[in-house]
Amino acid sequence: MGEFKVHRIRFFNHMPSAIRVMAFNSHTERLVVARADGAVEIFNFADNYYQEKVIPGRDGKAVEALCWVGRRLFSAGLDGEITEYDLENLRPRNSMEAYGGPIWTISSNSQGTLLAAGCEDGTVKMFEVLEDRIQFQRNLSRQKGRIISLSWHPTGSQIAAGMLDMIKIFDAETGHATHRLLVERGLQRTSNSQEVVVWSVAFLSDHTIISGDSAGKVQIWDGITGTLVRTHLLTKWDVLVLAVSPDESSVIAGTSEGTVVQFQFISSTVDQQDKQWVRTRTFKSHSHDVRALVHTDTAVVSGGVDTQLVVRPLLDKVEKNTQESAMRKIIFPHRNLVSCAKKAGLLLFQFSDHLELWRLGESDGNGKPGDRLPVKRNPEKLIQLKRKKLSQPCDVFRLVGSKLISLRIFPERIPAPLVPLSRLQVSKLPKELNSVHQLSFSSDSSKLFASSILSSVIVASVKELECKYLHTFKPPSGEFHSRQPVHLLSPSEDGNWLATANTADLNVSLQLHCSVPVCGSCPTAVSIHPFSCSLVSVHADQQIFEFSLKQKEFTAWSRKLQKQGMHPLWLQRDAPITRVTFNPNNPTHILLHDTSMFCIVDQILPLPEEKTRFYNQSVLQSLSLGERLRNSHAFKVYRNFQNLLCVDLMEDHSLVVVERPLLDIVSQLPAPVQQKKFAT
Amino acid sequence: MVEYGDIRVVYRGGSKINFRKPVISNDSRFLLCASGESVKVFSSVTEECVHELRGHTGQVTGVLLRPSNHLQVYSCSTDGTVRLWDFTDGILVRTYVVGYPVYSIYASLNHKEVVFIVTPVCVFVFAELFQLVAVNLPQTPDQLVEARDLSAVLSDVSSNPSTIAFGRGGEYLASVNNLKMEIYFFKKNKSYSFSLREYTKNGGKNTFTCIACHPKDDCVATGHDDGKIRLWRNFKQKKEYTYSTLHWHHSAVSSLCFTPEGTNLLSGGVESVLVQWRYNQENQKDFLPRLGAAITHVTVSPDGALFSTSHSDNKITIIQSCVKVSAVIQGLVKGENVTTGLLVDPRSKALVLNGRPGHLQFYSLQRDKLLFHLDIVQQEYIHEAGLEQFEVVRAAFDASGLWLATVEERKQKSAELELNLKLWSFDEQTQSFVLNTTVSAPHEARITAMCFSQAADSQTTTLVSASRDGHFKAWQLGLPAHTDGTQEWPSWSCDFVGAYHGLVPRCCCFSADGSLLAVGFQEVVTVWNPTSWELLTTLSQPPGDVRNLCFGQLSCSKYLLGSNNKKMVCCWNLLTCSLEWSTSMDVSLLLVDSRSENMAAFCCQDGSTDLFVFKPSEPRPLFSQKAVCSGRVIHAVFTPREVMLESSEESSQWLNRSQLYFLTEFMDLLTFSTKAEEEKLMASSKQLVIDDTVAMTPFYLLLGKHRHEHLGNEESAERTPLPQSSVAIKELLQTPAHVLPATSFLCSMFAKSLLISVTETSFMNSLSVLSAVAVKL
Repeated sequence: MGEFKVHRIRFFNHMPSAIRVMAFNSHTERLVVARADGAVEIFNFADNYYQEKVIPGRDGKAVEALCWVGRRLFSAGLDGEITEYDLENLRPRNSMEAYGGPIWTISSNSQGTLLAAGCEDGTVKMFEVLEDRIQFQRNLSRQKGRIISLSWHPTGSQIAAGMLDMIKIFDAETGHATHRLLVERGLQRTSNSQEVVVWSVAFLSDHTIISGDSAGKVQIWDGITGTLVRTHLLTKWDVLVLAVSPDESSVIAGTSEGTVVQFQFISSTVDQQDKQWVRTRTFKSHSHDVRALVHTDTAVVSGGVDTQLVVRPLLDKVEKNTQESAMRKIIFPHRNLVSCAKKAGLLLFQFSDHLELWRLGESDGNGKPGDRLPVKRNPEKLIQLKRKKLSQPCDVFRLVGSKLISLRIFPERIPAPLVPLSRLQVSKLPKELNSVHQLSFSSDSSKLFASSILSSVIVASVKELECKYLHTFKPPSGEFHSRQPVHLLSPSEDGNWLATANTADLNVSLQLHCSVPVCGSCPTAVSIHPFSCSLVSVHADQQIFEFSLKQKEFTAWSRKLQKQGMHPLWLQRDAPITRVTFNPNNPTHILLHDTSMFCIVDQILPLPEEKTRFYNQSVLQSLSLGERLRNSHAFKVYRNFQNLLCVDLMEDHSLVVVERPLLDIVSQLPAPVQQKKFAT
Repeated sequence: MVEYGDIRVVYRGGSKINFRKPVISNDSRFLLCASGESVKVFSSVTEECVHELRGHTGQVTGVLLRPSNHLQVYSCSTDGTVRLWDFTDGILVRTYVVGYPVYSIYASLNHKEVVFIVTPVCVFVFAELFQLVAVNLPQTPDQLVEARDLSAVLSDVSSNPSTIAFGRGGEYLASVNNLKMEIYFFKKNKSYSFSLREYTKNGGKNTFTCIACHPKDDCVATGHDDGKIRLWRNFKQKKEYTYSTLHWHHSAVSSLCFTPEGTNLLSGGVESVLVQWRYNQENQKDFLPRLGAAITHVTVSPDGALFSTSHSDNKITIIQSCVKVSAVIQGLVKGENVTTGLLVDPRSKALVLNGRPGHLQFYSLQRDKLLFHLDIVQQEYIHEAGLEQFEVVRAAFDASGLWLATVEERKQKSAELELNLKLWSFDEQTQSFVLNTTVSAPHEARITAMCFSQAADSQTTTLVSASRDGHFKAWQLGLPAHTDGTQEWPSWSCDFVGAYHGLVPRCCCFSADGSLLAVGFQEVVTVWNPTSWELLTTLSQPPGDVRNLCFGQLSCSKYLLGSNNKKMVCCWNLLTCSLEWSTSMDVSLLLVDSRSENMAAFCCQDGSTDLFVFKPSEPRPLFSQKAVCSGRVIHAVFTPREVMLESSEESSQWLNRSQLYFLTEFMDLLTFSTKAEEEKLMASSKQLVIDDTVAMTPFYLLLGKHRHEHLGNEESAERTPLPQSSVAIKELLQTPAHVLPATSFLCSMFAKSLLISVTETSFMNSLSVLSAVAVKL
């Protein structure tokens, strides 16, 4: 495997944002997650929970509610606007003011024809969903107090609305309130005068209404008579969110204590039909408030203030001891937030609102493997660039040679400056670079590649002080090529090739050379080998392919790997590979990493058998020589570094490892609600 | 060696009452529990033992109300029988011989005349494999019935009775064992099993410990090793079963029980807190804390009015369903270690030994009842693993029972040994012991022996304590001090410190008249004069540390006996100061009966213990028995009898005046009993002799009892007949109340009727009857 000098970096203070709301589209199996900073992320549950798309948020535009209508995605927030997103170009398509004050919730009927929005002024506003926009239809009868939560009856004839101290049921046709269900105030809080907020309601097809409120109760109501059936007191704090399974046999409730409680519709005696809602399981996967919940057919998906997205399969719905039954926690984004200048030894960290440039520390010590070397020069922060207000940064940057070139691109309005290290302002930026998702420099810093709308790639030349538009690569048109945005850009070392990938395609261009066949799964990392001109791509289903660009076919090694199949332990990992790099000293080595390990794939060594174990390299070194030889295979896994955000090889053959310990993230979270812990 | 057939070792008194779940009768008046080889019927109000159902010859392993008759009860035992009793009268109705050892018993109303028992899978191989077997009980009028109609229901069950329960109306049966739960439906003859992983993610152990089924719903509650309670539902599907978890207990849940209506779930564990969960509103729960010791079983009476909890300190607490303790039935407390040995309180003749932590218990063997606990340490006991507490390690009574000396010690790893010597005087007014003197650090090292001077003269009582620091100290009561009119109680102080060549004293003993003190210093026995504290003599001793020392009693008081660790027993004649005899015996315990010349020696050999009873002056033992019990005998004591036995047989004469109780290393309290004594006991329990010619019906039993009483009345006909036959009283009592004239009118007539007997009996007597009747009116 070879020895490396390792820069172990822990000063990248990446802080994910809290999850605010989620929505699941069961037809496309896409989960959309809105975070507290307004960013909207789309996860593909069919493709190994890969984070396909990220739409960055805008200042002051917090998303309060999300709703899928067919394949269209709508959001609403406390700014009082309903926004529809353009999922191909990763930006809002259009926004519409609802004129009802802040919007707390939106919900569409099951037919997808109407969208109801609950507003601060006590109105439920109905919007008609048209082909290209939504159009205001009418108000339901106005109430006193804000509308916090909404739920349609599956037939679309009635709507239940959760308010302060009560739930109202509206007739969707006439717009009149038919029932008023009073929710009693908290028993445990001392101030009885405090209003109880019905944070969430669910209207089931048998006219049962389930509500969760700020007094910690989950209540089950009969929607026909408007009577309370049962009260389950879950917590001293709030029940923030409810979710119903598609077959309506199970309801989950998320609380401020970080627990998710499941209720099931079960008959009390074995052979009888009279069923009732019974509290069953409790999941404790969060340390803070659970703000968003989704109940899919087989799993409970929860997210909250502790920023983690947790997918917990229900063991009675999936096969036991399979990959499907494993719990997943998605903590870090599935993309690179760190870029390295290999020659200069500089690191660029991307935050949601600023960039930081650091110079690596130096050490001249030598030591045995595993030793800590003395630091001669500490790492130092060179530049911190804040983005301007009202601007929306897209991914940008690449560090090349000794030059830093950082580019900020604003979607509209002002042309953004290019800021070289010499702080010279470049005033002109081509128009075409106004809206881009990904940026990349060629290795000699002369060209800038940017992925833009309509899945096109823009090429611009960068000279000393200016940036000139050269041309645009249009994706090949035709039915087989989708319009999905390009999320990976990888130019080759010699500047001859550029590999681009979107969720469906993998192209290699500089005058579109070829399209690499992709079987189903989205590429998570691509890179072109500097010497052999072959393209290595890693996919969300953990498959690895090597494609020879000259022969335009998969290499022999790749075929062998596919024939033998990936090792089961490799397939069981739950984080995608986010970076592929090569070792110039040893061309047969491919460096891969995900958040929990990094791996060197040696193309010479034999592939692992199905029964072989994946030893950690440090374990392997403690074994005897014969044992070590017997256990050596192409996949050399190293797990001593955890929560990795970046592993890259510098010019001087040292390894940069950027870690983000989970404890540091947890310590930056707000304090959780007070709970009595046993023996404290 | 002669075997004495009419003397055998028996369990008498002090048996476990917390071994199995007790049963509360339908009317909540009685509580039945398995206790050794019998079933005890306690009154749930007065805590008294009403009946003792004797008959089993092995340990009773289960008690169960007969589902079809709530006045009868089944009991099962390891002797392979199931017996049916009428517990209100204490009569054995029927005996079913199963033929295999039975470990627990279950029944339900749904299965008529079938009981379910747990037996080992194979009798011959000692394996921990048990199965649940249905036994058809034949309906014959015979007393002794063979029940051989067995059919296996579940294999691989646990022998712990709380791991099997009947579900709603007896439709299914749930059993847990280790990590597996199995639910068997009788109608479909199909079972579903569910298993858990061994450890949870947090490292808690998932092992099942107990089970309870909801009486109305299909819900099964299971307790686990990590303190969780799981409520299983929807278990008719293999896959879509579901459970919810309740977690309050911090360590294993030992018992679970639903109330008869299913509204509450009761649970208990080592926390000694009874937790009452509301069914379906599980985060509302009630607690009954401070029950004294870890809960082992929880039961509910069939009407739901009473709960009972069994505790690890051999106690049953009866709790009213408003969660209030109403009665406590306490058995003999057996801790892990009896360091004080067995003592007899000379005043109450009660057995005294370690009880609760830091206490001495006084246990009446005759009545088989715990009298009281004396708090010696007088500190709050804190339950925590690994925390060292003060323990009572030595206790001694003086001959009159007026003084009690106790030693408590605490040894912490880092700190020095803490010792306290406490002297307690008996207070006649409060009838209890009152602390007189506390001596902190009486010695520098652990106290090895302590004894009072045996002289009956209580004025000059001396206490001697020997310690590992190489000294023995004599303590005496000081004179009452008068200072400024306030009289202070006399207190104890050290009178003499003795040592012998820096050797460690191991045992000490006073002669019967208190004129000599013998102290064994390792290999040397020294004899001292307790009045002048001069060393009278040292006795030669074959090599080996002295383990026990005893002076002979009565006619043998000239002898001093000692045993050492080199398997020798020596007897010295104190008049000649020479060795009288010695014999090679590995005596672990040597003790003397203070009411006769007899001495008892327990010898440990080949993993079992032999007993020899002998007189020091005679060469032949009076009695010897090989293999009294397996393992070592750690403590023994002679207790005086209340009623002397008159046995003429030579071998059992030594039991005439006193009884020998001993404690084995498995904490079993055993004693010797003669045939005559057992017959007497059986006679007292079988007061009702059933005539074979008359069919045995409850009516007959009633009538027979009446006749019996009648016979008894004739014998005591000497007593003055009460004026029951008076016409006036008959009239008064038999006329319906609504046609009676005014009470004031009747009263004078009634009083007149009583005056007739004045001539016969004393006037005072009739007056007292009159006043009693007047009060009743």
